[in-house]
Amino acid sequence: MKNKTRLNGNTILLLITIVLFIVLYAGGCIAYGSKGFTHTQTFLNILITNAGLICVTCGLTVVMLTAGIDISVGALIAMDCMILAVGMRSGLNAIVMVLIVLVIGVAFGLFQGFLVGYLEIQPFIVTMAGMFFCRGMTAVICTEQVSITEQTSALFYKWANTKITLPFGGYLNNKGKYLAPYVRPGVIVALLLLIVTFIMLRHTKLGRSFYAIGGNAASAAMMGLNVKKVKLCAYMLSSIFCSIGAICYCLNTMAGSVSQALGLEMDAISSSVIGGTLLTGGVGNVIGSFFGVLINGTISSIVKTNGKLASSWPNILTAALLFLFIVIQSVFAMMRNRKK
Amino acid sequence: MEDNVVLTARGITMTFPGVKALENVDFTLRKGEIHALMGENGAGKSTLIKCLTGINDFEAGEIHVDGISGPVRNHSTKDAQEVGISTVYQEVNLCPNLSVAENLFIGREPMTKFHTVDRRSYNKRSQKIMDELGISVDVTQNLENYSLAIQQMVAIARAVDMDCKVLILDEPTSSLDDEEVEKLFSLMRNLRDKGVGIIFVTHFLEQVYAVCDRITVLRDGQLVGEYPIAELPRVKLVAAMMGKNLDDLAEIHKESIEDVSKNPLEISAKGISHTGTIKPFDLDIHKGEVVGVAGLLGSGRSELARAIYGADKASTGTLSVDGKEVKINQPIDAMNLGMGMLPDDRKAEGIIADLSVRENIILALQAKRGMFKQLSRARQEEIAARYIDLVQIKTADQETLVKQLSGGNQQKVILARWLATDPDFLILDEPTRGIDVGTKSEIQKMIVKLAGEGKSILFISSEIAEMLRTCNRMAIMRDGEKVGELDHDLTQENVMKAIAGGEQAQ
Repeated sequence: MKNKTRLNGNTILLLITIVLFIVLYAGGCIAYGSKGFTHTQTFLNILITNAGLICVTCGLTVVMLTAGIDISVGALIAMDCMILAVGMRSGLNAIVMVLIVLVIGVAFGLFQGFLVGYLEIQPFIVTMAGMFFCRGMTAVICTEQVSITEQTSALFYKWANTKITLPFGGYLNNKGKYLAPYVRPGVIVALLLLIVTFIMLRHTKLGRSFYAIGGNAASAAMMGLNVKKVKLCAYMLSSIFCSIGAICYCLNTMAGSVSQALGLEMDAISSSVIGGTLLTGGVGNVIGSFFGVLINGTISSIVKTNGKLASSWPNILTAALLFLFIVIQSVFAMMRNRKK
Repeated sequence: MEDNVVLTARGITMTFPGVKALENVDFTLRKGEIHALMGENGAGKSTLIKCLTGINDFEAGEIHVDGISGPVRNHSTKDAQEVGISTVYQEVNLCPNLSVAENLFIGREPMTKFHTVDRRSYNKRSQKIMDELGISVDVTQNLENYSLAIQQMVAIARAVDMDCKVLILDEPTSSLDDEEVEKLFSLMRNLRDKGVGIIFVTHFLEQVYAVCDRITVLRDGQLVGEYPIAELPRVKLVAAMMGKNLDDLAEIHKESIEDVSKNPLEISAKGISHTGTIKPFDLDIHKGEVVGVAGLLGSGRSELARAIYGADKASTGTLSVDGKEVKINQPIDAMNLGMGMLPDDRKAEGIIADLSVRENIILALQAKRGMFKQLSRARQEEIAARYIDLVQIKTADQETLVKQLSGGNQQKVILARWLATDPDFLILDEPTRGIDVGTKSEIQKMIVKLAGEGKSILFISSEIAEMLRTCNRMAIMRDGEKVGELDHDLTQENVMKAIAGGEQAQ
């Protein structure tokens, strides 16, 4: 049978997000074309800067689909980065440190997921405790900023400075030299994770279970789904994705510090919401969340390119966008209810 | 187990703290029949259903299911589904944000060789299931895009596809309109013809006669009887549910009640309705008149009163009070127009258990005056004393907490509260429920006395006898609709016939 999908509210929300991104980006190109905004590299830089955030947002979208929330991610990134930096300073191999960070992600996620799923504690409280714990542990490990240099880990340094050039989209600079556009390894990791999450959500039992539980947990239980286990999985995925994100993040900052990634959980939540994920669960997908991240990134990029606007402007614009999206979502929800 | 029988329950007994919810109840369901389970609220219908589906753990008795040797004891709805008992509730237990097909197959999806869900395969199978059942939907659309009726049918389809032998439909029609109900019925008949045994729980009498083959009636946790539909006309069904035997209905003659139909109108409702609870009705109440509202529980008695009082804001219609058209948006508007309402659920909506008798009595009067014009303490005590005396509340003193009083006295406190506002029109919803006979007759006398002082009263009660003693006229409610009025020949038999409606008793 041929699948013909009528345009429902959720698809429209996703379309609005994509159109908004295109409009914003085109606006940037028109206004700051002379400052190089039109170069492919400008777009790629948004991806490079936000590779970590993309990973975190994927995980957070999964949690939000189950009508939960995870505000521990920013602090977990700080802790992961600190562990990476301190570990490598003490001479441990970069690969070993990456594995350690991933194991920490699994363990931390299992613990939070157990509390939320099996002990049925409010996810906000559980992950808030997780947030304080991680931020505190970061300071316990080291209160100063620890940098990762070529001396501490040559391998990690090499990863961070690898340029993966693209075969198109280059331009000649004013000295007539050809500059090929490039991305960093973190971008590849983030995009792979995005694709994996997309397929997982759409085509696996576990993925569909996240939607079912977010739609109506009681019904899902009646239909024989193991709600507790599925919730545990959601928080575990969030922490694992966050740890993967932490590695990407660290490749950009090359340091561990207590105040790193402050408020990043809010960036991830706002990206998900702008991408069409409902806080009430059951609706959303990672493609939308990805565009949510891009929109936030574009705003920052425009403000940076302008050079005169205060750095607080991205926050205000994000606030306006969030507000706009919440209003649009409510309007759709109201229209749906009226139809019945 | 005899042929054709798919489910038997024998001697089911179940006790909740202080209440015997089911006592030695038998129930038999045959293949390919639609079996109505009837009874008023609290008769034990839900408890019996929950025993069958494993939600309640009954104390004594046995359940047998066709094809399974030995007694069956379910401990969860999942257990029940495994032996072939599925339930569809009024509240649809599905996920609105997933497609119809996913709702049919979630938790048991066919898989592809890559361990992903085989969406194409289950879409195809879902479409086939829905086509076979004659439900026209596009299974790839989200469930929320369809009406509640379709959602309910999807829930039924899921149950049927999971090989259920016994399908329990618990009040499935409560939120459906007539056309949707008809669709649901044709699906039920379709399933019956395929050999499924269906238990249909509803409080709509019409629907029982439209679709059922057999009726089992429960009352107060006990089995009244099992009847083929042809042998139980409506009036007898109502009598069985209410526990009255038609043959020996004693005629109760009301004491002489004066004719008030010449008095001016106090309340005149034209086409008042509240979407979802009560269909448009007209109702006139004269000054000094007591109008009774009769009907089964859930027939819309309280909803009628709530729509007049503004507890549920009327969706349509006009209301006149004392000849002037008025607009009531919320109860305070009604209070300011001289109305008072004693709600049926006195625990939830009436008394405030932790306040004193005095505070409870002056509550409505204070609300009517507004927050900033507080009654002086002396005035409060004076009012409280007057009404404690008037309605004869048995309390140690004014400052006793209401929760320390008996149920009957709590009821009198609420009555006093409304009398203190000196209303012209008083709505009494089940004022005598759960109180002793002596207090009941006191309250009945009080109603007649208040009417004699020129107040108008709307009196809702499950006991036809007490309304016969006090009312000038009765409005008859059935299935959320006012279906008529009786103003002469007020006898128990006539009222019950009117409540049952449809064909008359043979």
